[in-house]
Amino acid sequence: MRMTLHIWRQKNAASGGRFEVYDAPDVTPDMSFLEMLDVVNWRLIEKGEEPIAFDSDCREGICGSCSMMINGVAHGPMKGTATCQLHMRHFKDGDTVFIEPWRSAAFPIVRDLVVDRSSFDRIIAAGGYISASTGTAPEANSILVPKPESDLAMDAAACIGCGACVAACPNGSAALFTSAKIAHLALLPQGQPERTDRVLNMVEAMDKEGFGNCTMHRECEAVCPKEISTRFISKMNHEYLRAAIVKRKENKGGGGAG
Amino acid sequence: MELNSKLPTGPIEDSWEKRRFELKLVNPANKRKHNIIMVGSGLAGASAAASLGELGYNVDCFCFQDSPRRAHSIAAQGGINAAKNYRNDGDSVFRLFYDTVKGGDFRAREANVYRLAQVSLNIIDQCVAQGVPFAREYSGYLDNRSFGGAQVSRTFYARGQTGQQLLLGAYQALERQVHQGKVRMYPRREMLDLVIVDGRARGIVARNLVSGRIESYAADSVVLATGGYGNVFYLSTNAKNSNATAIWRAYKRGAAFANPCFTQIHPTCIPVTGHYQSKLTLMSESLRNDGRIWVPKKKGDRRAPNEIPENERDFYLERRYPSFGNLVPRDVASRAAKQVCDEGFGVGETGLGVYLDFADAIQRLGEDTIREKYGNLFEMYERITGENPYKVPMRIFPAIHYTMGGLWVDYNLMSTIEGLFVLGEANFSDHGANRLGASALMQGLADGYFIVPYTLGDYIATAKPDKVGTDHPEFARVEDEVKSRIGKLLGIKGSRTVDSIHQELGKLLWDQCGMVRTASGLKSALERIGEIREEFWRNANVVGTNEEFNQALERAGRVADFLELAELMCIDALQREESCGCHLRDEYQMPDGEARRNDAEFAYVAAWEYKGPDQYPVLHKEPLSFQYVPLTQRSYK
Repeated sequence: MRMTLHIWRQKNAASGGRFEVYDAPDVTPDMSFLEMLDVVNWRLIEKGEEPIAFDSDCREGICGSCSMMINGVAHGPMKGTATCQLHMRHFKDGDTVFIEPWRSAAFPIVRDLVVDRSSFDRIIAAGGYISASTGTAPEANSILVPKPESDLAMDAAACIGCGACVAACPNGSAALFTSAKIAHLALLPQGQPERTDRVLNMVEAMDKEGFGNCTMHRECEAVCPKEISTRFISKMNHEYLRAAIVKRKENKGGGGAG
Repeated sequence: MELNSKLPTGPIEDSWEKRRFELKLVNPANKRKHNIIMVGSGLAGASAAASLGELGYNVDCFCFQDSPRRAHSIAAQGGINAAKNYRNDGDSVFRLFYDTVKGGDFRAREANVYRLAQVSLNIIDQCVAQGVPFAREYSGYLDNRSFGGAQVSRTFYARGQTGQQLLLGAYQALERQVHQGKVRMYPRREMLDLVIVDGRARGIVARNLVSGRIESYAADSVVLATGGYGNVFYLSTNAKNSNATAIWRAYKRGAAFANPCFTQIHPTCIPVTGHYQSKLTLMSESLRNDGRIWVPKKKGDRRAPNEIPENERDFYLERRYPSFGNLVPRDVASRAAKQVCDEGFGVGETGLGVYLDFADAIQRLGEDTIREKYGNLFEMYERITGENPYKVPMRIFPAIHYTMGGLWVDYNLMSTIEGLFVLGEANFSDHGANRLGASALMQGLADGYFIVPYTLGDYIATAKPDKVGTDHPEFARVEDEVKSRIGKLLGIKGSRTVDSIHQELGKLLWDQCGMVRTASGLKSALERIGEIREEFWRNANVVGTNEEFNQALERAGRVADFLELAELMCIDALQREESCGCHLRDEYQMPDGEARRNDAEFAYVAAWEYKGPDQYPVLHKEPLSFQYVPLTQRSYK
């Protein structure tokens, strides 16, 4: 197959960017999308030109490194599929493909298709954990978790942190990412003691990073390579409301104790 | 160089507890006065950084990825072993120890492996407390499954994403320490050299991958948790950027490299389709629990698999190994697949593949049960191959997956360089000549959560390292070396891509230092590697500059190191004139084709000392003795 690629090139965060056109004359159906780009890069290097920068690592759809808009859709046309797992058999000979980086104020561009997603790490650092220091744990089977809750927690925990949700959202919201972690931990008995503070702190961190608010367009769910459900955003909103009430009660109660 | 393994004495059951008591402690108030550098943020690195931060040390943690959560541990699918005996099926710490020593074909230290089996219990407790969503039964109790190389069900799992969930647990613990100011995270930094002052590891020189700046970092101790070197083969199941640079640089600074030829080939990967192939994808070997492996009985049979009647199929593992069947250890399963393909029975376009068939299991358990157990693996297979494994058998072929070899460490996980600790796949310690399934996650977390936090404290308390800052002249000297090497790479300006040279190296290693090795093949490979290396330094094209985000430069540096490491692997494979575990020397086989170990001459760890460029490395032997698991020929029949 022969394809024409319009790829976003940008030297660094400070400089401007533009689309450049590349010819990909020898695409085969069994190639992955990233392998197709590898071959384009080999040709550029052979000509002494700088290859297109893009993040990728595991190439098995689990590390969450790869991150590109393909014809305006985060991770491209296949549902539940990260770019690295997208294969060229889903394209046709003669296709024109536009490839861009994630675009969000909270994900500054590093180069070409590479963005800085450290804002996600800071959201997790604000409370996306259970504070169980090494050595404190009781015998594993002393904590029973009903299978339905455990399975649902796993559905949420499957998030790979790629940022497609943000890139797809018209508001640039990180609600799906943040809610997946909040829901995973709030569904488990181990997560209960920190439940209230966790949601308040993580939502605050999310807002501070400059992500937009969720208005339930559900574009995130449509592109998520792990098909994380927007039910978890509802769960996050529920948790947030609950936490706000609990906090208010605590503050009232606390005031009288002195 | 002297190898002092610091092995504990006395009964093996008490040896770790005894050692923990002997290890010196650092007063809680003093821990905050010490800095530790952690390179790598996978299971071993993240768990160690988090645990050391919790203890009060100041940790600087480095990873080349954009986030610590992306380390390649994330891709482990199948599970993690622990001797909980929840299934009441006869498991015990001793049995996990026994299985691991035997599975490793008697080339690991008994004391290390025993400790690993003991600590496995704590790991599961720790991970559950963190909220890792392991699979559960309807009762709410933890579920287990069986795995290759074992006859008990001791593997804990989180769907087909166990590595992801364990890593996210460790990553979250790490981020908690970041939040508390005890760990500083340095993403998109690649360690390019180790700095040694007065014989002790005192820091690293790293490249800031965004700006290209060469940066120095000093500490009281350096820990490497940088994973394995499987990508030396170009095609492997490792992540695209996994590399050996950190451990290779440490080797060249004086850390012994142990058993480099012990590289594991995983039997169940998706076969190669073309020259553009960038990596291989593993299908969890838990699939072998329910899938049956076969090839047509007739050579070159081109019929579709479903058209081949049962009596014209050769279920060769079940035939040759009736008691373990499809669950034989990885090395045995891989070699058997290669053998049937070499004989012309292979399937698929290339003839390099065998069937893994779920038809019987689907009939027995129903498609829903199979989907529940392996749904995401089946989806992944279909995404990659375009074939539906519920209807057509999968095609699989072996691929490089894990490296048992790595930097030599003593029982305390310290290398031959004082103050340099090595964890997880980066060290050589616990798997001998072959790793059992679901044991890599166990070892990474054992090292990180439960071993290095104690042993590193002992080093600090004993060695009492004085303060050394990055203003020490040694940092400037190493920085200069790093810069001049980068300059050399950028100055080659040849005509070949680094990847094409890497592919050439990988193919050579796969052929000559892969599943079957011969003296003559290894000797020819050694000659050829020198030529490829020469070609690289003469004719590679590394475009761009240092002062920018430059992935071509990153890759070139890693491949330059692979070109040296490949040589050491072949040297090591050549000296080991026996077959053991993953290492099958064609000259040393039993009459039935099984590996022939030579315990009288080769029951040792081969630790190599670097002697300078173009010098032959020096071999140091650490003898292994087996008091608890009697030396026997492995048999899975």
